[in-house]
Amino acid sequence: MTVTESRALDEIKIGGMGSRRRRVEDNRFIRGRGHYIDDIVLPRMLHMEILRSPIAHARIRSIDTSRAYEIPGVRLVLTGEMMATRNLAWMPTLSYDTQAVLATDKVRFQGQEVAAVIADDPYIAKDACEAIDIEYEPLPPIVNPTQATADGAPLIRDDKENQHDNVAFDWEVGDKERTDRAFAEADVVSKISLHYPRSHPSPLECCGSIADFDRATGKLTVYMTTQAPHIIRAAVALVAELPEHQIRIISPDLGGGFGNKVPVYPGYVVSILASILTERPVKWIEDRTGNLISTGFARDIYLDGEMALRQDGRILGVRMHTTSDHGAFFSDAQPSKFKIGLMHSAFSCYDIPTAHLTARGVYTNKAPGGVAYRCSFRVTEAMFFQERMIQAAADDLGMDQAEFRRVNFVRDDDFPHRTPFGFLTDSGQYAKCLQVGLDAIGYADFRMQQEEARSRGRLLGLGISTMTEPLGAGNSREYDILGIKMFDSAELRVHMTGKALLRTGAKTQGQGHETTWAQIVAHELGIPAEDVLVEEGDTDTAPFGMGTYASRSTPVAGAAVSMVSRKVRAKARKLAAHLLEVSEEDVEWELGRFYVRSNPAQGVTIQECAAAAYSNMPDGMEPGLEGNAYYDPPNLTWPFACYIATVEVDPVTGVWDVLRFVAVDDCGVRINPMVVEGQIMGGLTEAYAMASMQFITFDSEGNCVGSNFMDYLLPTAWETPGWELHEVVTPCPHHPIGAKGIGECATVGGPAAFVNAVIDALGGTGVRNIDMPLLPDRVHEALTQHHDVSGAPPVKTD
Amino acid sequence: MTSLFEEITPAPATDVPVRRVTITVNGQPRTLDVEPRLLLAHLLRQGLGLTGTHTGCDTTNCGACTVLYDGAPIKSCTMLAVQADGHEVQTVEGLGTASELDPVQEGFTHEHGLQCGFCTPGMMMASRALLNANPDPTEEEVRFALSGNLCRCTGYQNIVKAVLWAAQRERDAQPPEEAGAEAATDDVPVEQEA
Ligand code: FES
Ligand code: FES
Repeated sequence: MTVTESRALDEIKIGGMGSRRRRVEDNRFIRGRGHYIDDIVLPRMLHMEILRSPIAHARIRSIDTSRAYEIPGVRLVLTGEMMATRNLAWMPTLSYDTQAVLATDKVRFQGQEVAAVIADDPYIAKDACEAIDIEYEPLPPIVNPTQATADGAPLIRDDKENQHDNVAFDWEVGDKERTDRAFAEADVVSKISLHYPRSHPSPLECCGSIADFDRATGKLTVYMTTQAPHIIRAAVALVAELPEHQIRIISPDLGGGFGNKVPVYPGYVVSILASILTERPVKWIEDRTGNLISTGFARDIYLDGEMALRQDGRILGVRMHTTSDHGAFFSDAQPSKFKIGLMHSAFSCYDIPTAHLTARGVYTNKAPGGVAYRCSFRVTEAMFFQERMIQAAADDLGMDQAEFRRVNFVRDDDFPHRTPFGFLTDSGQYAKCLQVGLDAIGYADFRMQQEEARSRGRLLGLGISTMTEPLGAGNSREYDILGIKMFDSAELRVHMTGKALLRTGAKTQGQGHETTWAQIVAHELGIPAEDVLVEEGDTDTAPFGMGTYASRSTPVAGAAVSMVSRKVRAKARKLAAHLLEVSEEDVEWELGRFYVRSNPAQGVTIQECAAAAYSNMPDGMEPGLEGNAYYDPPNLTWPFACYIATVEVDPVTGVWDVLRFVAVDDCGVRINPMVVEGQIMGGLTEAYAMASMQFITFDSEGNCVGSNFMDYLLPTAWETPGWELHEVVTPCPHHPIGAKGIGECATVGGPAAFVNAVIDALGGTGVRNIDMPLLPDRVHEALTQHHDVSGAPPVKTD
Repeated sequence: MTSLFEEITPAPATDVPVRRVTITVNGQPRTLDVEPRLLLAHLLRQGLGLTGTHTGCDTTNCGACTVLYDGAPIKSCTMLAVQADGHEVQTVEGLGTASELDPVQEGFTHEHGLQCGFCTPGMMMASRALLNANPDPTEEEVRFALSGNLCRCTGYQNIVKAVLWAAQRERDAQPPEEAGAEAATDDVPVEQEA
C-alpha cells in the first residue's frame, strides 16, 4: 500500500499517542468540582477524630473516656481495649510485621493512635478527644539506630515473641568473596558515609476515609484515600474477616499520593469498626499534623560505601552497608521479597563486575513506614548514594565527573545487561543522554566560568546525576503484596455507537490516567480519545489491579490497556471480515479502519464494526465488543535520566542558589509529552525540596520536629528553580507501546545533582560531604571549618 | 439554602452559642447561624456545600483554602466565619461559570498547571487577585504572588505559565461575546498539535 492510498486517521488529531492532549480531568478540577474524600457527604454521617500519643515511648497505665462521653453529640469512643475484643487492636503490615491500630500496652512513637471519638460533628469529636484522660508511664525513647543497637537499649517491640533487641532485620545481597577480591586488587579505594534524612511525601490532601456499613445488606462501602483500592479490599477481607464480595472500596479523586496513600492506616480500620458499631457512615479526615507525624514517612537511612577503583578510572567493585530506621513497626509498603526494597538497584547503569550489600533495619520510637515516597522502594536512596559515591570516587581519582561516568557506563550494545546485584537491564543510551545534558548546560564553558569566578572569590559548582532505575513492579515472580502477585489489568467496552468505557486496576492521583489511557486506546483502535471514558478506583467496577505507585501505571496497567485494545481489535477484525464479505486473512488494519487488502478503498471503520457487534454479527458469533486483559510484565522497565545542576554558593552565608537545571529523561515512548513533562517538573521540585529544606527530625525526647508546614518546609513558587527539559527516546523492548515509567525518575535522580553541585562549588576546601538538607548553616559550617557536615540534621531548639 | 445550624450541628448542647451572620458569597447574600469558633473555610465547605475550597494544613501555610475576601486573597482556614459578617467572599465556584471559564481557569488547563487539582482552586484565586491588581505581571511577580500557595505536584513552572497565559489573554481584550464563545468550546478537551 502506498501512502496516498491510506485513509488512516491522523493519530495526533484523534488524541492518540504523542498528542499533547489537554487533560480531561481538568474540566472538573478548575471548576472546584473535584470529588475528594472530604467533599463526600453521606446521609446520617458521623465524624471521627483520633487522639494521638504526645509521648514517644510510654506504658499506658489507664485510659478514662467517661468525660468524653459527657459531651453532647459524642456517640462512641473507641480504645485499643475495645479494638482488642474484636481482634483488631493490631494489624499485619505489608512487610510481615504487626502494627498497633489503637495502642493497648504501650505507645511507641509520638503521634501514635490511642483512641478515637465518633461524634455528630468534627468539632465535637475534637473537643471530646481532649476530654479523654490517659495516664502514661514514660519510658526512655530511642530516636536513632545507634541508640537502638546500644547495649542495654530498652526493647521497643516487647509485644513480639522472640524479639530480644531492636533489630528489625539483617539482610545481604551480592557476591561477598568476589567483591573482597576486587578490593584487594584495587589501586584506589574511595570511601564515603552518607545519610538520607527522614522525609514525608505530604500530598497536599491528607488521608481520610468514610466507612459505610449497611447491616441490612451486609455490604461495607469504604471511600478511602488509597492508591491501591483492590489491595485494601483484600486486606480488609483478610484482617476484618468480612466476605470480599461484600466489600467495596472507592478511591475518589486523590489530592496527590506520592506513596503516602499506599499503606493501611489505623484511621481507616477504626472508621470501619466505628461504622459497623454505630450502623452509620463514619468519616475520618486526618489533619496535617496527624499526616506528618503518623503516616508513611520515607528514607531515614545511613550508608557506608566503598568503591574499588583502578587508576584508569574503571570501577572494580562496590561495597555498601546501610542502616535504616523503620520506626516502631516494620511496615514498609513494598512488594518485593527484598528486605531493603530495591536498594540493590544501585549502580545498574554502570558496568561494574561485582558488588556486595549488607543492610540492617532497626526499630526506633518514631513513626512507622511507608518508606517509598515517589520512589520504587528505596530506589531514591540507592541512586542518591550511587551518585554521591560516583562523585567522590571521581574526585579521589582526580578525574572529570563526566568522563568518569562515561568510562563506566554500560554501553548501548551491551544489553541485556546483568547489573552487579543481578537485575537485568534491557535498553538505554546512557552516553548520549549525558552528552545531551552536557551540551545543554554548556559544560566546557561552565568549567571555564567556574575557574574564573573562583579567582574572584565566587563559588560556582556543577553537579551531575545519571541513573537508570527499575520501574513498574511486578513481574509476578519477584513481586507480591501479601502473596498477591504484581500484575495489572484493563477492561474495555466499546459501545454500539463506537464510544468506549475503559477501566483499569490502577488509580490516578494527578498523573492524568483519564486522559492518557484514552490515548492508548486511540492509538490501538483509532477511536478518538475524547470518545473513551476512563474510570478507576471503584473495586465493584474496576478489574482487579494493584494500584498506582512506584511509577508502575504505564509499565503495567498501561500495557494492559494496550493489550485489551488489541483483543478488541482482533474481534473487530472478524466483524470487519463479515461486513466486507471477505475472509479474515484478507483484511488489513490501518488506524481506525479495516480494509480489503486487494481493494484498500473498500473498508469499514472501527465504529462500524462496533455497531455490527450489537446489531449485525455473523451467525454463531458472541455479540458485543469488549474484553479484559491481565498483564504480567516480563521485566521491570528501565528509564534513564541525566540531571545537571549549576549553583552558586554564597561564601559568607552558605546560602546557595540554583543557576540552571537541565534534565534529560529517556522514558521510552511518551504517551502524552505534556503530562510526562509535568511529572518530571513535579519530581524535580521534590528533589530540590529534599536537597534544600525538606526533612523531619526528632529531638532527644522523640518529639517530632516537622509536624506541620511551618517546620516541615516545602518549596513554594518563589524558591523553586526553573527546569530545562530535554529528551532521548529508547523504546522499552518488552512493553507493547515501548513506554517506560517516569513519575518518580526526577525525585530519585534529582537530589544528587544539587548536592554534587554544592560540593563541587566547595572544591578545594577539603569538604567531601554535606548531608541533606543543605541548609545554609550546614554549608556555612563546612565552608568555614573545612570539614564534612554529616548525619541527621540538627534539631532546632528555641 | 439552610443554615449551618441545621447542616452540621444537629444536636448542639443548649449552651452552644450561635451567631447570625450575613455573608455575600459569590454575589449572593447568605444568612446563617454559626458557632463563633467555626472557621470560614468550614462554613463554605460544610455549611454551604462549596467544596471547591480545600484545606491542606492547619497552619495557614498551604493556601489550598484561598478565597477572595472583599477582593483580596485570604486563607479562609484562618478566619472565623463570624469575622466575615457583612463582607463579600468569592470562591472558585464563583470564578467563571460551568460553561464560561475565567481566563485563569482556561490558563491552568491550557498550560497543564494542575495535576491532582487539590491546590488548584486556591492557586487560581490567588492568581485572580494578582491579575486584578496587576494585569501585566512578570514571571517574578507571579512567583511572588503565589508564594503563599503550595503545590506538591506541578513544580510551579506550568502554574506560572498559566497565569502569564491568562494575563495575555485578558490584555488581548477581545470583545466579550467572542471571548465567551471561545471559553464555551473549551468545555471539551481540545487536541493540540504535538
Ligand atoms: S488550609 Fe492550609 S492555608 Fe488554609
Ligand atoms: S496539583 Fe496537586 S498539589 Fe498542586
